[in-house]
Amino acid sequence: MALTTWALRKSLWVYHVNTGACNNCDIEVLELLTPRYDIERFGMVLVGSPRHADVLAVTGVCTRQAMPRLQEVYMQTPRPCVVMAVGSCSLAQGIFTEAYHMGSPVDEAIRAVDPNAIILYVPGCPPKPEAMIDAAVKGMEYLKTL
Amino acid sequence: MSHRTVVNIGPFHPLQEEAEFFQLYVEGETVVDVDVRLSYNHRGIEKLDESKTFDQVPFVVERVCGICSASHPLAYIQAVEEIARVEVPERALYLRTIVNELERLHSHLLWVGLAGHFLGYNTVFMWAWKYREPVMEILESATGSRVNYANCKIGGVRRDMTVEQLKEIDRIVGDLNAPLDMLTKAVLDDPVLHARLKKVGVLTPEAVKLYGAVGPTARGSGVPIDVRRDDPYAAYDRVDWQVVTAPGGDVFGKAVVRLLESFEAVKIVQQCCRYLLKNPGGEIDAKVEQIPPGEGVGHVEAPRGETFHYVRSDGSNRPVRHKVRAPSYVNIPTFKASCIGLEIPDVAITLASVDPCYSCTERLCAVADAGTGRRLFGFDELVKRSQEKTRRMRRSV
Amino acid sequence: MTVLQSKTDIPLMGFVGEVLEALGEAVVEVQQCEPRRGIARIDPTRTVEAARALIAMDGARLATATGIEVRDGIDILYHWAFEPPGAVVTLKVLAARPDLAVDSVAAVLPAANWIEREMHDLLGANFRNHPDMRRLVLDDSWPEGVHPLRKDFDQVLDRPPLPPNQSPPDVVEEGRP
Repeated sequence: MALTTWALRKSLWVYHVNTGACNNCDIEVLELLTPRYDIERFGMVLVGSPRHADVLAVTGVCTRQAMPRLQEVYMQTPRPCVVMAVGSCSLAQGIFTEAYHMGSPVDEAIRAVDPNAIILYVPGCPPKPEAMIDAAVKGMEYLKTL
Repeated sequence: MSHRTVVNIGPFHPLQEEAEFFQLYVEGETVVDVDVRLSYNHRGIEKLDESKTFDQVPFVVERVCGICSASHPLAYIQAVEEIARVEVPERALYLRTIVNELERLHSHLLWVGLAGHFLGYNTVFMWAWKYREPVMEILESATGSRVNYANCKIGGVRRDMTVEQLKEIDRIVGDLNAPLDMLTKAVLDDPVLHARLKKVGVLTPEAVKLYGAVGPTARGSGVPIDVRRDDPYAAYDRVDWQVVTAPGGDVFGKAVVRLLESFEAVKIVQQCCRYLLKNPGGEIDAKVEQIPPGEGVGHVEAPRGETFHYVRSDGSNRPVRHKVRAPSYVNIPTFKASCIGLEIPDVAITLASVDPCYSCTERLCAVADAGTGRRLFGFDELVKRSQEKTRRMRRSV
Repeated sequence: MTVLQSKTDIPLMGFVGEVLEALGEAVVEVQQCEPRRGIARIDPTRTVEAARALIAMDGARLATATGIEVRDGIDILYHWAFEPPGAVVTLKVLAARPDLAVDSVAAVLPAANWIEREMHDLLGANFRNHPDMRRLVLDDSWPEGVHPLRKDFDQVLDRPPLPPNQSPPDVVEEGRP
């Protein structure tokens, strides 16, 4: 099965970044670790530093305060890496587009420091954990083609 | 001169999901001061709500915080119902109660899991989150979403629950009693946990009052405040349940309060389901057409404590002002009182003990150095120190 | 400005009535007095006195405070909760133009510390003698003097320029070991 061969080739190390989110996406990201979804069987692990990450799971609208920090974290992440924009907020700031404390949307903020950034979009408010796993697999498939 | 150092926690670390910047000032291994910088999560929701109609606002405030997702809209809706002097149908009150208590259950289980991780009990983390899953599933089946339920509206609820759903909810929460029992005993009977959590991060009742702390943070210091009993809303005055407090004010007390409250939540949900099964049919929505000018206040007991909303209307279809105050906003400042004098390995669990919901408050906590301002380490290091301490204690007990 | 002696035509009854009466001359107007809800206006020169009297009451705590820009200035609404009996009493203090200043109660009441800082950030209300008036909720790049909750601030059109982007790195690290 494609999933198993992929898993045998490389494990995904994920660093989670919250740029101003309501926590729903964040909790669903953590759900992936738990017995029900268990991404560890795919070799996916949440790591404590961006320097070890292959995937940046970004949640949140990217507020003004979080924007420079998001860019710093991205720069600390070795390439190639996939930015997984999780949830409507990180896609296009969700329902908060008109609010005054918004920075640039996540993808614009990241492309400002790296125009060739690989960004994966996972829609939903919040996306279900199954959607995130699907996205991570797609990201992995894409990385293999590089 | 004693040398003060800064321990940075945040803004991003894996197991404290929100971006927060705690600044701890330490001298040697002891915390001498705490500061918090908010702003990472500040999304300007209060201003945004002024441009939404009254009916659109609940969808916005649901997303203030994902784990208090049922509490914020209900508090807002109650504030508006106070302005419009709406009489909400009884069936709707019970339906609201069911969703809010199910949320309390999954939120407390989430906390137990996180606390377990911080202390180095990763199996507790896995078990607690595994037992959350049936609650999330039943919420999805009944409301359409695992989180962000959008079940309430001004005047009632949006949808009813079928007989099958009510029976399923009753059964699933009943099945939670055994795992809750196991988790509670794991905390109450473990001498290492007693040693780790008792007398750690103590918050006195006086500090609770001065900081206006709420929820398990207050009840864990023996202060018996609970909006569900003090200013009853939904169906809380129609079912039989207890307010849970614990003396001591330490992390242990707060943990015990959350665990025992989960049993009460099971009781409440079962009573509501059984009542609705015995009394089928009935209105679920008092159709409210117009919100007159006026002011209203709505508060509900979210899993973390009192969520307080204030709404002012001028007779138009949008609020003039909507104030949102989440429980963590008043609970987090209590770190000034509870963290001073802590040893570094105890910081992670003390910070976690108020169950901070940063999105609710959008907090940033940075650790600053009193002396040089030098960054020592991040939150993952604090968690590691906490887990190491547990291992040392296990060997010596 | 004279302090009105009579409490307008709203009778003071029940627990809320007792609370308002205990505040004595600090109350200049009563707007609502129901079994569990009360609204009253406080003399701005007596805010600290009222806060001291309230926090001394059994079961009283400050739930939060709301700032609203009104025609005459900024109205600060302190929401006090009492348990028992589960009442919420809102006390309004006007920070009048042009100074928009009232006395801070944060020294008496740590619960007011953050919320007064927030009202300063978002509305520009000034709290005299606040022990720690630093920016709380707006970001580091937000300019001084721009207060987003003011009625003349448009949340889309009046946004200040964004913080500068981080400069891209010269060398991009490759892979992980």
